[in-house]
Amino acid sequence: MTEIAPVKDWATDFDVLEPRYVKDPFSIWDDLRGTCPIAHTNRRKSSWLPTRYEDVTAIAHDIEHFSSLKVAVIPGDEDEDPNADFDGPNLEYGLPPISSDPPLHTWTRRLLLPWFSHKRVDGYVPLTRGLCTKLLDGFADSGHADAAADYAQQIPVRVIAHILGVSPDLSDTFTGWVRDVLEFADDAERRQRGAEGLLNYFLGQLEERRANPGDDLLSELLTTEVDGKPVDDGIVLGMAALALIAGVDTTWSAIGSSLWHLATHPDDRKRLVAEPELMPTAIEELLRAYSPVTMAREVTEDVVYAGCPMKAGDKVLMNFPAANRDPEAFEHPEVVQLDRAHNRHVAFGSGIHRCAGSNLARMELQVALEEWLARIPDFSLAEGAEVTWAGGQVRGPRICPVVF
Amino acid sequence: MKLRVDPDKCQGHARCYGLAPEIFDVDDYGLASVIVDVVPPELEEKARLAVANCPEYAIEIISE
Repeated sequence: MTEIAPVKDWATDFDVLEPRYVKDPFSIWDDLRGTCPIAHTNRRKSSWLPTRYEDVTAIAHDIEHFSSLKVAVIPGDEDEDPNADFDGPNLEYGLPPISSDPPLHTWTRRLLLPWFSHKRVDGYVPLTRGLCTKLLDGFADSGHADAAADYAQQIPVRVIAHILGVSPDLSDTFTGWVRDVLEFADDAERRQRGAEGLLNYFLGQLEERRANPGDDLLSELLTTEVDGKPVDDGIVLGMAALALIAGVDTTWSAIGSSLWHLATHPDDRKRLVAEPELMPTAIEELLRAYSPVTMAREVTEDVVYAGCPMKAGDKVLMNFPAANRDPEAFEHPEVVQLDRAHNRHVAFGSGIHRCAGSNLARMELQVALEEWLARIPDFSLAEGAEVTWAGGQVRGPRICPVVF
Repeated sequence: MKLRVDPDKCQGHARCYGLAPEIFDVDDYGLASVIVDVVPPELEEKARLAVANCPEYAIEIISE
């Protein structure tokens, strides 16, 4: 792992992997918003970090100046040719639609969206509820659990494996690869290991599914025609890998952060148990307050935005989590109000790249909390517990020991 | 009260549907639409909540 030099000036030398930022980014954003609302760094790559709702949403909508071809918060090897030393499908498209601009974005997104429509997602509820019940059966009588590792981490990966039609038995392996490419992206060896694991696995699945098509997303992508032509294997590969990568770490982090919040805020926990009808509003509020995902954009041509001289090739980190804590957009954003009536949060992004899996994520978060609270209504952080957080592209607790 | 969803602004967050499924539907591609001609008076508050929660400012009240 690369050594992270301590940040002295967050406005000119920020680092999203600096331990203080990973643990408590909120106070750093508050300071920046009041002084220099768009911070800059030259660490890894020249990058900008907006912290105001208005700036984050404006940049998300300006797809002409801010491209989605490179969306990694930690640049890694994104400037290298993905097809170098690789004899297989063309990998230049990355993970469409997330890593694409129109027109590729438009049609790849239309292929994915029906799989995550609210009607389709309703059909995944029994599976999700069953998963949660089984996990809770494993520890509910023991009086203690790791809410992140034993519960939150275990749920979304199995639901997305079902949708993709890949084996849930490999869940831990999938989780490992996804963590390697997202959470440990600063470590070249781990990043490469995760990327190769995903690539080789899905290459095998492509052949397997071509021979034995099933009733799943991967099979459908292989048999779909767009403008009378089959979808390029490289694009199918990217879309399948995206569904797994985007469907695992993100929702698991949202479930974990929500359970951490309830473990550390007994009044909110008691209220949610006593007033279960609050759940849908509470879910949106927890998503706002603990938005897990930061994406990146690449500046397409030199542009001055809000006085910042952005150069072609610079990164802009789409700080949706900070936007959701902006007092200009939310009253008392630092307070979790489970019944917050006005909540235009952008936890799932803003504009044409709105998270394609948002209905699924919301459902998983709601079912996971409902089932946990039904079985374990009274719980708190274990005394002396060391909660660890992951940060960078996705923020959430990785270890969260609770007692009940 | 009459409502309209601007299809150019809607990005499929589905917050309106979550808050007021009696008033809105969302299609397979995420596009929301208003499914009532006139919002019944008892649902007007829900309609206003949907307007106030849309992250894309896509819902307009075209007549009160």
